[in-house]
Amino acid sequence: MRDVAVVGFAQTPCVRETDGTTNGVEMLVPIFHEVLGSLGLTKSDIGFWCSGSSDYLAGRAFSFVSAVDAIGAFPPIMESHVEMDAAWALYEAWVKLLCGEVDTALVYGFGKSSAGQLRRVMAMQLDPYVVTPLWPDSLGLAGIQARMGIEAGLWDERAMASVAAQSRAAALSNPLAQLSGSFEVDDLLAAEYVVDPLRRHDCAPITDGAATIVLAAGDRARELCERPAWITGFEHRVDSPSFGTRDLTTSPSAVAAGKAAGADGIEVAELHAPFTHQEILLRQALGLGDDVVVNPSGGVLAGNPMFAAGLARIGEAARRVHDGTASKVLGHATSGPLLQQNLVCVMEGRA
Amino acid sequence: MRPAAVVGTGQTHHAAKRLDVSMAGLCREAIDRAMADAGVDWPDIDAVVLGKAPDLFEGVMMPELFLSDALGAVGKPLLRVHTAGSVGGSTGNVAASLVQSGVHDRVLAVAFEKQSESNAMWALSVPTPFTMPVHAGAGGYFAPHVRAYIRRAGAPEHVGAMVAAKDRRNGALNPYAHLKQPDITVESVRASTMLWDPIRYDETCPSSDGACAVVISAAETSGPAAWIRATAMRTEPTTFAGRDQVNPQAGRDAARALWKQAGITDPLSEVDAAEIYVPFSWFEPMWLENLGFTDTGQGWKLTEAGETEIGGRLPVNPSGGVLSSNPIGASGLLRFAEAAMQVMGTAGEHQVDGVRTALGHAYGGGSQFFAMWVVGSERP
Repeated sequence: MRDVAVVGFAQTPCVRETDGTTNGVEMLVPIFHEVLGSLGLTKSDIGFWCSGSSDYLAGRAFSFVSAVDAIGAFPPIMESHVEMDAAWALYEAWVKLLCGEVDTALVYGFGKSSAGQLRRVMAMQLDPYVVTPLWPDSLGLAGIQARMGIEAGLWDERAMASVAAQSRAAALSNPLAQLSGSFEVDDLLAAEYVVDPLRRHDCAPITDGAATIVLAAGDRARELCERPAWITGFEHRVDSPSFGTRDLTTSPSAVAAGKAAGADGIEVAELHAPFTHQEILLRQALGLGDDVVVNPSGGVLAGNPMFAAGLARIGEAARRVHDGTASKVLGHATSGPLLQQNLVCVMEGRA
Repeated sequence: MRPAAVVGTGQTHHAAKRLDVSMAGLCREAIDRAMADAGVDWPDIDAVVLGKAPDLFEGVMMPELFLSDALGAVGKPLLRVHTAGSVGGSTGNVAASLVQSGVHDRVLAVAFEKQSESNAMWALSVPTPFTMPVHAGAGGYFAPHVRAYIRRAGAPEHVGAMVAAKDRRNGALNPYAHLKQPDITVESVRASTMLWDPIRYDETCPSSDGACAVVISAAETSGPAAWIRATAMRTEPTTFAGRDQVNPQAGRDAARALWKQAGITDPLSEVDAAEIYVPFSWFEPMWLENLGFTDTGQGWKLTEAGETEIGGRLPVNPSGGVLSSNPIGASGLLRFAEAAMQVMGTAGEHQVDGVRTALGHAYGGGSQFFAMWVVGSERP
């Protein structure tokens, strides 16, 4: 197999609401410009394009069709789209590069959650025959999962608040973060519940945003980037949708993806955990010890652009290889209710 | 790139409303047939790729999540592809790339649409800022392109009716087809109601519930195999000044790349059967030209001469095509699977004699997304 690396990454600021349309064009054009410009490339240098987005988030069919306008796709391009977080578009592009047909790929994801009521929209992901009609919203479901973990002794509200405090503090050095600041755990715990046992700080914010990554293979990667983030393990798995038949206090798909991708010896990990207890759960599932730096960007608790946030985790992790601060990193993405589907991308810098 | 082959295909009985099954049951009907055809069981499947058109067509956001058990994907990688009407073809191509890249040895590709769960016409008519509404449905959108083709090519009016009559008669040979009309004639098509001038009722695809599945493998299993000789995908924007919507460059570029990769220099002589995405009759001659089977303006002559019938020089849509069954998200994978069936010799009553090379083709959006593959009987 060929060696493939992340060589470029750009993302929009994470904000509560943008003025742009739900097809993402206004968010995508500036970051395409930024990522291609930083590599000295133009659109005609890109061999394959792949994106991730959701029509239900956009409130319309075919939202990704209009997003193609952000590329200026003429002459025609080789292109594909997944109705998933763009981390899975990155996976499709990685496979395409492994085939050897092309040497470069640009992957992007976008989401404008402000256009609807996110917690209600996400209920549309559940079993349409027996679960969605009850409209269990995403915060309510996460609350059940958090409660089960507390009762099993896997975490408590103080540990959850501590995750939030660390996220906000880390985000102080991330100019694109939506939420940041210095908080005392005791102060956070004094807040009221949003959905018992979740407080506001336990839940990722509603965010509009987009992200993009450029992949390159072999010598092309070495030309474009001084220290490419070589992908050494890229795996994803899915669990059963049935809440009643799986143990909600862990994530078999995250465990399996981490094991297959080789998640040992990791120095920095960016985890896609939209709720504080899920960061603790994922740390355990992926076997990340106390010496692993988790979410130095602040993670999605500091800004959660749906369908781009998983891709952005991989980009943030790759950035630590690009700037030489780490030599083995992990980017994680999740999809579906309560960590149903998980993806792990392990990247390494080489001397 | 290592070789990959289709080793099993399966599809549902397509119908306007499959009220006897859920979405899970519909998918499983196609999957079970494909796996039996390939002679494989669940432990043999490394990953699953699901394709379907917009989620609004069923009213479920990312339905592959709630379907993961039924798709046999639990504990495995599951990808969800969505590239508009071309999605069934893209699903086949993505699944093929998972094997060709060496990432997996055997992959299950599934595509479905259960149009009776929701209302596709409504789903396509959500008003969006700065976008031209398509309130007339796909037929209203494509009718002007067809008129432009007829004018440019100087094609006689009955050619569209000939395509419709041929595809519906072929559909009558296909046990899974939604519409079976063995007695249809060019005259009866021309007497049917005009919907979007010049497209008549009998020249229009139905709305179907249905699913299709294929097993793609790096090695042969117990039965015959259709080796994937080439795949291609191309995209261009929906609208821009000077765009040729009748003969889009994205389709021409995809076809050129496809034939080159397959080592085919004269497609009309070297391809033995073609499953082409023809939702409205006139798209047969239009795509014959776009794909390079004929020169520009000459596609209708091949149709008019009867050369696209079973037994002709290039049988097109021996299965009955999209005009006989249209579960939108699955329609592209059905084209890909039917091409493979022709090569494998498993097409039954609509089998074309001696097929060694076949084309599967899909398009989507405003004739802007193209996905295609060429399959052959020889291991490349």
